[in-house]
This record gives sequence, C-alpha cells and structure tokens, in this order.
Amino acid sequence: MSRYRIPGKGRVDHSAPVSFTFDGKTYGGLRGDTVASALLAHGVHLMGRSFKYHRPRGAVTAGSEEPNALIGTSRGAGQFEPNTRATVQELRAGLVTESQNKWPNLSFDVGAVNDRAYMLFSAGFYYKTFMWPKSFWDKVYEPVIRGAAGLGKSPTEPDPDRYASRYLHTDVLIVGAGPAGIAAALAAAQSGADVTLVDENPEMGGSLLSDPAVQIDGKPAWDWVDAQLARLRAAGVRLMTRTTAIGYYHQNMVGLCQRLTDHLDNPPKGAPRERMWRVRAGQVVLAQGALEKPLVFDGNDRPGVMLAGAAQTYLHKYGVKVGDNPAIVTSHDSAWYAAFDLADNGARVAAIIDTRDVVRPDLLDGARKRGIEALTSHTVTTTRGRLRVKSVRVAPVRGTHVGTGRSIPCDCLLMSGGWTPSLHLFSHTKGSLAWDTTSQTFLPDRKTEECEIAGAGRGLWGYESVLADGAAAGLRALQGLGRAGHDASFTVANDRPGTGVSHTELPTDGNAGKARAFIDFQNDVTAKDIRLAVREGMRSIEHVKRYTTNGMATDQGKMSNINGLMIAADALGKAPPQVGLTTFRPPYTPTSFGAFCGYLRGDTFQLTRKTPIDPWAEANGAVFEPVAQWRRAWYFPKPGEDMHAAVLRECKATRASLGIFDASTLGKIEVAGPDAVEFMNRMYTNPWTKLQPGRCRYGLLLGEDGFIRDDGVIGRLSSDLFHVTTTTGGAARVLTMMEDYLQTEWPELDVWLTSTTEQWATVALNGPNALKMLKPLVEGVDWEDFPHMSCAECTVAGLPARLFRLSFTGEIGFEVNVPARHGLTLWTALMEAGKPYDICPYGTETMHVLRAEKGYIIVGQDTDGTVTPADAGLEWAIGKAKKDFVGKRSLSRPDIVAKGRKQLVGLLTEDGSLLQEGAQIVLDPNQPKPMKMVGHVTSSYQSTMGHPIAMAVIEGGFDKMGETVFVPMPDGVRKARITSTVFYDPSNERLKA
Amino acid sequence: MLLIHCPYCEDTLPELEFTYAGEAHIARPADPSAFSDEEWRDFLFIRTNARGPHYERWRHIGCGRFFNALRDTVSDRFLMTYKAGEARPTLTQEAAE
Repeated sequence: MSRYRIPGKGRVDHSAPVSFTFDGKTYGGLRGDTVASALLAHGVHLMGRSFKYHRPRGAVTAGSEEPNALIGTSRGAGQFEPNTRATVQELRAGLVTESQNKWPNLSFDVGAVNDRAYMLFSAGFYYKTFMWPKSFWDKVYEPVIRGAAGLGKSPTEPDPDRYASRYLHTDVLIVGAGPAGIAAALAAAQSGADVTLVDENPEMGGSLLSDPAVQIDGKPAWDWVDAQLARLRAAGVRLMTRTTAIGYYHQNMVGLCQRLTDHLDNPPKGAPRERMWRVRAGQVVLAQGALEKPLVFDGNDRPGVMLAGAAQTYLHKYGVKVGDNPAIVTSHDSAWYAAFDLADNGARVAAIIDTRDVVRPDLLDGARKRGIEALTSHTVTTTRGRLRVKSVRVAPVRGTHVGTGRSIPCDCLLMSGGWTPSLHLFSHTKGSLAWDTTSQTFLPDRKTEECEIAGAGRGLWGYESVLADGAAAGLRALQGLGRAGHDASFTVANDRPGTGVSHTELPTDGNAGKARAFIDFQNDVTAKDIRLAVREGMRSIEHVKRYTTNGMATDQGKMSNINGLMIAADALGKAPPQVGLTTFRPPYTPTSFGAFCGYLRGDTFQLTRKTPIDPWAEANGAVFEPVAQWRRAWYFPKPGEDMHAAVLRECKATRASLGIFDASTLGKIEVAGPDAVEFMNRMYTNPWTKLQPGRCRYGLLLGEDGFIRDDGVIGRLSSDLFHVTTTTGGAARVLTMMEDYLQTEWPELDVWLTSTTEQWATVALNGPNALKMLKPLVEGVDWEDFPHMSCAECTVAGLPARLFRLSFTGEIGFEVNVPARHGLTLWTALMEAGKPYDICPYGTETMHVLRAEKGYIIVGQDTDGTVTPADAGLEWAIGKAKKDFVGKRSLSRPDIVAKGRKQLVGLLTEDGSLLQEGAQIVLDPNQPKPMKMVGHVTSSYQSTMGHPIAMAVIEGGFDKMGETVFVPMPDGVRKARITSTVFYDPSNERLKA
Repeated sequence: MLLIHCPYCEDTLPELEFTYAGEAHIARPADPSAFSDEEWRDFLFIRTNARGPHYERWRHIGCGRFFNALRDTVSDRFLMTYKAGEARPTLTQEAAE
C-alpha cells in the first residue's frame, strides 16, 4: 500500500493495481488513478521543472487546468505525446511517463541556474536581453533560444494512430456533468427532446465526486449521481465522458474531442484514438463550473503547494492524502471544508490561515472542534523547502501593516483565492462579460447564441442553488425549443455554501521586488513581471499579456488570467472591468492535431482524379505528377533512363515522327444556346462572330482588371455551340466566372454552360506523321477542308468523336475527344495504328518542353495574375473591333499602358547552362545589394535543340532584344541573352502539311 | 461553421457548400469605355469594407446559383439572403439586432 493512500477510500478500485513508470522508476497505482494521483499516493509531489526558470514544480490542480505537472507519455513507436497533464492522464498498465524541462535529472537540474539569473529573464526579456549586438542575432541568440525554448519534446515519427470524425445534431447539448449539468439534463430530457450531456472527465458528477458528504433529496451525493445518470440513460440522453467541448462556434456548433483509447490497457486494434464531434445543437447549456484561483505570494509554486479544492479531490476521488501535515491559506470559505475533510481523514492540519478579518462562526467552530489553529487576518509571506515545501511563514495583517511573522512547519500548503467561473466557451461566442463587484469576477452577460449558463459557471456557490439553477437552465433550453416541462427543486443536506474575497499579491513584510510570487506557473510569470510591464508602458491587457507571456501557456490562462488582471488593474490604478480580460480562444484544452485532421490525412487527405487512360500509363511505367487534383503521366522512362533522358527521347520522337499524349485533364466547357456567340464575344478577348462552324481559335480570357486568367483552344461546332477548352487547373474557375457573368450581369442572354471536362477523354497526336496515321481511322471529315485550327464531329477508330486539328507542340497536331468510357479503347487503337510510325507516348514534361520551344505560354506559369495580353505578346488575340469584352476597359488604364512593364521574353544562357525557374534577373551584377530585380525566369527546360531554353518576364523586355541580363545564383552569376520566345520553327512551316 | 440560407434552394445548409463572391450591387457598367480612368479604378478596386452589415454575393456550389446576402462583418451573422437581381433590401431594425 502506498504511504498516502487511505485504504478503501475514493472511487479508485483498490483491488485492481496498475503499475506504470515515471522517469524510469516503476510505481504502483490503482485502476481509476491519474498519473498525478498515483504519484501523490507515493508522496511524490515533484513532477516537473518549470519552463523558464526550471524551478521544481508539482501538481497544483487535479484537473485539465493543470499548469505544472506536464509529462511526456509514451504508448509505443510514434506514440509519444509531450505536455500531457499528469492530472488528466489515466493510469493504464505499462504506461511510460517522464518529466520535462530537466537535465540531467528532475532533482538536480542544471537549467535551474536560470532561476538565480531571474533578473535577466523578467518581462519582455526577449526584447531586451537579445537586442544587441546585431551580429549575435542569428549566430548566438537564435540557436540558444531555440534550444532552450519549447515545452516538452516534439515527437519525430509519424503518428500511427487513427482519428475519427463525426457530426451530431442534437436538441440540447449540455457541457459539464456536475450538479448543474445533471440537473439541466434531467430538465431537458423531460419531453422527448434529444439531449447530449458531455464531460471531460472519465466519470460524471463533477464537484459532487469530491464532496461525498453532501446529501441530495435524502441520498448521499454519489448515490444521487448514480441514480440520476441511470435516469438520464433510461430517458435516452446521450452521455459522453472523456469528451471535452473544445470550442463553441457560430449557430450553436460545438466541437467535442472524445478520447477513446488512451486509458485502455489494450486498445482494440484499429480503434480510433480520439474522435472529433461537430455538434449542431438547438440549445446549449454551459455548466462548466468554476476554476479555483491560486493566491499570489512568494514561493507559491513550490512542490506541495496546491489548490485546496485539488487536495479535496485527491482525498475523496482517489483516496489520497496529499500530505500528513497540511497548512491552508485562503480567502474563501471553500478551503475550510478541504481542511476539515483532511483532518477527518487523519491529517494533522498545521493551521488555516485566512486573509479575511471575519470568518463564518460555524467554520471557526469546525476548526476548533478538530483542534486546528485558525489564523484570521493573516497573510503568507513566503515558503521554504527545496524540492518540497517544508514550512510556511505567516504574519498578521492590520490594515496595510504586516506584523511579525512566524514559521509553521508543514508538508503541503493548500491555497484558495476563490473561484473563477469558467467562461471560456461562452467567450468563444463573443458573449459579453460583466464585472461583478461583489464576487470580484466576470460573469456572463449578453448572449449571442441560443445558450444558457448554469451553476458555478455563472458565479453561484452551494449545491442547492446550483442544482436549482441547472434545472431552470435545462427548462429554459427546453422552452427555447418550443417544448414544455416541469420545474424541479432539490433539497440538499450538508451543503457547503461559501463566499470569499479577491486579492492581488498577498500583503508581505518582505521585499516585493524580490518576491517570486507566480501568477502563470507554466510560463513562469510573476506578479512583479506584470507590474514591470505596466511601468514600461503597457496599458492594454492584451499588451501586458504578450509582453509578459501571462496566460499564453497551454493552460491558456485558466489559473492566471484573473490574477494577472487584478494586478495589472491595481498597477494601472483602474477598476478591473476597465482593463478588461484577454480573449479566450479555442481550443479549451490542448487538442491533438490528429483529432483535428480526422480522416483527412495520407491517402484520404484529398481526392486524386485519374483519367480514363491512367491504367495504361500505370501499366506502362509512367512516372506521375500531381496537377491540380489530377495525377498525370509525367514521363515514361525506359529501363535505365533518367527523367532527362526519357524526356529528350520523347521530345525527339514526337518531332521526328509521332507522339501521343493523354490530354484528358484539359478543362472543357460547352457553351450552347442562341446567344452563345454573343456570350463568347463578351467573355473572351477574341472575335467569335465570324468564326465558321468547323473552325477553332485560340481564346484568351481576362479578368475585368485586364490580366490574363486563362486560355485554350475553342471550337465552334455549330452556330450555337462552342466547345471551350481551359487549362487543367482553371476549369472550375473559368466555369464559375462564366456563370457569374451569365447569371448576374447578362441574365438576358439565352446561353447554357455545362462542364464537360470529365465527359470527354482527350488524346493528343503530334508529329509530322500525325495526319498520315490518323486519316485512315477517321470517318466523317472532309480532309480537303480540314486545315490547321479545324474541328469536326466524326468517328475515330469507330468511336463517336470530336476531332480538333490544333497544335501545342509546333508539329502537325490533333486532339481526339471521345466519350470518357471509350478513352482507353481509343488510346489502345491509336497506339496500335501508330506502330508503323514508332508512336511514342509522352508525358507532361515533354508537353512542356515542346510548347516552350514554340513560345506557347502556360497560364499560371508564364503569367502570374499581373500579366496583360500585351505583356505576354498576345495582342494579336484581341478583337480590336469589339466594343467591349471582359477586361477591355482595363487595357487602357494608365498603369497598363505605362512603359517599363514586365514583358515575356526568351532567354538563352551564354554558357549553355540550365536556369532555375523562379530565378531573379538583374541588369548589373556588380550593383550594390539589395540589387534591383527586373524580372524572373518563368519557364526553363533542356530542349531538343542541344541547348537549354528559358522564358522570363523582364521590365521593358521587348525593347531589350539581344541584350544581356544576369541571373545571380548561389553558385555564381549566369549571363543570358534576351531573345524571342519562339525558339523553334518561327515561321510555322511544320504546321503546314 | 455557419449555416447559410440559399434563396434558390430554399434550404439552410452548411457553409462548406458556399463560396464568397465579393461585394454585392456593383453592376458592371453597360459601356465601360464611357468611364474615366478614375471611375473605372473605383469600379474595379474600391469597396465598402463595411464594419457591420455588408451587402455581398455568395454562390451556392450545390445549385450553382449566385445570390446576395446581408451579413454583419463583426458578428459574422447572416441577416438575410435574397436572389440575384432583387433590389437591395433596407436593413430593418429587427434584422440588425
């Protein structure tokens, strides 16, 4: 039996021992323990070192608000989790845990030297200590800070666990299953409403689990809880434990993170570790209770100093005495009960030190009966003890005068500075808060969502009032749904009502400037830091927070915000509501990335679109690349070929005879209707009226700002039907843009737009033998009247087809569109028919090289949203006679016609080296830094011409033909000559067959 | 996640089904060439950037239709939605609250 465990006591299973390790040492605990409760049962308070000063620290709470007892937990390879709160982590067999922020070990830590040098690390130390010299920034300060900073160790392996996601629609969601939440659920479940009750703990019951002596309606608290949960279950209420409401979003959407397997000895194989619920609730009841505040005094962070309420929880829930000889310091009645409970369970209470002058007589009586020394009008000035508190120094206070102090030996010090309603979720909704002068705290005020706040969460204290309030909130929620129910009342015996007062720092006779009185334990922020921040000019509480890092730790200010505010307000000489509270943001408690990702990771991160010809490419050794959401064949390497060799072979084969390419991913939109030609005239820069059916044209699409948005070849199949192609990535965007104009600007036009991208499989044939090879397979085309830039509906290899004669390579070219289901058949037929011409399948890389040799641009690569048709040398594509089209007016804006715009040109390097896409270009490589960058490389490839080619946008490039520019690269400056973008067959001889 | 009412589908659906499409009631002029450079600049780039109720366009991806909405940019609350082409509704006091 562990030294501090009370036999048979608590909700842990005394017949079920569970062993675990902490820093390599094996400990025995009980089923139902947390790591913290099990360690405390062995008298281990020292559980970690603090973040900045490496001060020894122990558990200060018994819940999810714990700032100190952060541990690393490990469940196997890749299953290490840093910063797990020991007060939350349930024991399971074989659990491996370790403390953090210590070296070489927890008891002797070299980093604790920071604690002696604390003057260096005061508020804003980042901004002061690391200011100068400048040369130290990246060489010294940054590596040192990076090495020392960070809370816990990041796991380095991929997370092997599964995480699940679900949606839930419920009539009433109740957050928190303490007395208020249970009462609310009972009320809401009355008339058949769908009710969900969630609690972050493994067991429901909230504070009642720590107050077993309370009796409700004649039943002991725990029996009452069991009975009510059974009633709720019978009424069909969804009860979810280990489920944290992490965020409260618009229109009553609440995010819940449910922990499913971390507490299990042997999780079922494949079971998800956590599940994220996105809940849409008709009504929400927030019954989150209140968090106990620490008191602020020198040495309030020593292991053994903890919240009184936490000690009470360890005693009753876990059967663990946190010490034999506790002292209590409080400004609230609640800590007196904790002292009584400990005394009644065999602890020798050293003293109850209350800061108040007047304490309720029944509490004083209770102390007297138990032989506990009660010191009212007293303060705590400091504590002693290296790795564990050994004594507390107390002194009487008269007005502002602190009298002579004395030391009281103790093995733990339980503090209570009163209780702060847990307003986090309410604040997520931007609900406003109102300062309550009586309780010296913020309470919920104006609501923005359909929600009720009940119990201690809105400042109530004492079980009878909390239960009644919960029931009323549940009833109001029910009525909000338009349903009816009855009122409920509860009679409570042995209730523990209480009040208290609020403090800044406790009065002291010591040097306040040297006091190590902590506010934010996790971030090592002291009261002095807050006052310093105010002295140094911080006025807004948001600035104080960022300057001191108060409330920025993983506990998100649950312990520290109100104390920080009270002290900042005091230093500013303002009332707390005038200083205000910092914004609470989701998540309420740290939440794993896995839970947020859910199923959206790995193969299911996003969909992969595959063309009908993809199986052939895969079977024939294609290397793929992702383009938009498609997977496209990149190149087809033969054995022994690298990418460069494969691409060069594919390029040469196409230029020499015949290449075949899967172009199915091209965006396709059908524009149909009596006004189709008018619509095309308005959308695209080109003139369409005179384009005859059976002909096609390169189309250029601008935004209203005059910049190039998309391009593609557009065929007119009949007077009222256009087959528009777009870039692969632009398909959806172009259709949306067309729909926008059609629906909202020109609804009078009789036009229908249909996305047909996936209806057609598209195969491109290019090369001098393309026509020869294709002809015999085609029926229904008059070849006498089918020149370059023609289109027809016909059959190809017996398949219904839309045939386009066009070229994106500079060779004779065709694009054969057949219904997608015939894509593979067509491809196979063409491959067979192409054999005599050594037909060569090629991928996107070869497509890129061939088009670049001809100076054909790729929108989004050679243009970037700031390129006009003139900049890209595409003015020929503009219908000058047209009165209007999208973007036309912008082409005469002063900025667009100004000199010195970046223009698209070709580049040839002097040394024949390959430029890097994205490389910046300068005119004079010897100018002082920062150099003036006049443009950048947009496309760069090895070509079929024996030397690399590149395209670039360069300021005033068209007027610089033949001039030399410079491309500074890490390995030296490249010299390049500006040329035309057309490197290959500038007179288009090869297109004429 | 917001719930948005599509005035064409007459259904209130999750935000995921919708995309934002800029400020509403900025009609493309019938004859842009009649606009001065300054007027055209304002048409292209100058927006209300309202703090509070804002008339804006949304598209319901599900049905493909563009519609207009009045949304409070402070509370991120949709006050109403209405079909494209309908007149700009005036903000009633109840809707604003």
